[in-house]
Amino acid sequence: MTILVIVEHDKGAIVPATLNTITAANMLAEPIEALVAGDDIKQVADAALQVASISKVLIADSGEYAHHLAENLAPLIQQIAPNYTHVFAPATTFGKNIMPRAAALLDVMQISDIIEVISQDTFKRPIYAGNALATVQSSDPIKLITVRSTAFDAAEASGGSATIESISGTGSSQLSEFESSELSGSERPELTSAGIVISGGRGMQDSANFAMLENVADKLGAAVGASRAAVDAGFAPNDYQVGQTGKVVAPELYMAVGISGAIQHLAGMKDSKVIVAINKDEEAPIFQVADYGLVADLFDAVPELDSKLS
Amino acid sequence: MKILVPVKRVIDYNVKVRVKQDQSGVELNNVKMAMNPFDEIAVEQALRIKEAGDADEVVLVSIGPTQSQETIRTGLAMGADRGIYIEAPHETEPLSIAKLLARVADQEKPGLIICGKQAIDDDSNQTGQMMSAFLGWSQATFASAISLTADNAIVTREIDGGLETIKVKMPAVITVDLRLNEPRYASLPNIMKAKKKPIDTLTAEALGVDITARLSILKVEEPAVREAGIKVSSVGELVEKLQEEAKVI
Repeated sequence: MTILVIVEHDKGAIVPATLNTITAANMLAEPIEALVAGDDIKQVADAALQVASISKVLIADSGEYAHHLAENLAPLIQQIAPNYTHVFAPATTFGKNIMPRAAALLDVMQISDIIEVISQDTFKRPIYAGNALATVQSSDPIKLITVRSTAFDAAEASGGSATIESISGTGSSQLSEFESSELSGSERPELTSAGIVISGGRGMQDSANFAMLENVADKLGAAVGASRAAVDAGFAPNDYQVGQTGKVVAPELYMAVGISGAIQHLAGMKDSKVIVAINKDEEAPIFQVADYGLVADLFDAVPELDSKLS
Repeated sequence: MKILVPVKRVIDYNVKVRVKQDQSGVELNNVKMAMNPFDEIAVEQALRIKEAGDADEVVLVSIGPTQSQETIRTGLAMGADRGIYIEAPHETEPLSIAKLLARVADQEKPGLIICGKQAIDDDSNQTGQMMSAFLGWSQATFASAISLTADNAIVTREIDGGLETIKVKMPAVITVDLRLNEPRYASLPNIMKAKKKPIDTLTAEALGVDITARLSILKVEEPAVREAGIKVSSVGELVEKLQEEAKVI
């Protein structure tokens, strides 16, 4: 048995969710190899070699993998997957895009978004926005799995001693092309791996008011998130969204400001260690999951919080 | 051009789901069902493309128990032209669904397939990508903007770091995200009209697809319930609790 982990990377660095995925793969206590596919990826490959618990790094350094297009990456995974019993990838937009396509090419039913590895063929995953947990057993010869990063610790990024092997590309499908991207590029920690997250909801009333949360976030070293209502209203960009269909976070501290607490939002943050809710509506459902609730107008409470942290 | 839109019948997103006592699944009896919200967005987008003159027919497909035909009717009432219903167990997996849809696409030859990025029941987020692979078509997932040219679709995708725009060759499979559009409500005249629109019935056997499950569900359980904590009376007390009691700041 050998396991393959697909490495997600961006701007020459391994995306943190990959390290959580490696921990999930490591639960099976079998050798782990990693695939780094991209264009000009020496830096990422070097970083992957350092990761503890990886025995070999496969490098597919070729132009067709430059923008992680699924039509080009899926055939590469299809080609090498038969050498493995399991293929793991993070359940990020990267993993969600490429893995089902590879699974179909292999005629395998993917196991999405696992939160627990029970045995080599049995896994636990949330369904219905986390309102139920399903334990599923796969009968496929190769298991293709995406991993919810918040359910597993990050693997050690150093101390490894993997070997390296170059593999040739599978060519371009000519089906799709990258045009452009508009990335938020914040200096703050990444939402899904931040230790503290402060999120705003519809109660923020305006995008300009998110600056109040950003000030608090900068004092705490926190990431800033938002509810779907706030993103839909244009108060915050899409990549801030925490919830069933946005990002799932589980920080040490989650602060929900002006968020009522729809089940779709709770699905994205209810595994946080400590939850704080600030809302002027004392009946808001968010208080049912909050460790510390403050019934107050956020326009008074947030500036006061900001000054108390100074 | 014809647009194919797969639609799924799921528990209404406002309903709090209950796990069955015997842990075999969630309770579906006497629970309000509705079209998967992402599929509503897909139907809306297909209708807008038709209304803009870039498509001439919108065909809905639903796979599931008999009542899935009601979900097709909902989409027909929004304005779609006709439906195709394939009978299958409620639990049919994305891999099988994608195979069935690919066979329907072989027959119908649409120029575009638009579907929801995920169903809010099993949260798998697989069907569109798998269908695209079976057809050998391009894929554009998590779309928040779509524009069509003669041979291509330009699609803006919601990704973890922000937004990405790609150009995909037609025919394509596009899976839609929340912010693509706001679905319309069906008007009463359109609801009446929808009752006369045709729904064809197909079977997995006739399509030559084996829908045997690869995953068996061993158990479905309730997650641990989080207990409500305490209310603090002031920002000062909150900061003190976070520093002294929870020790998280």
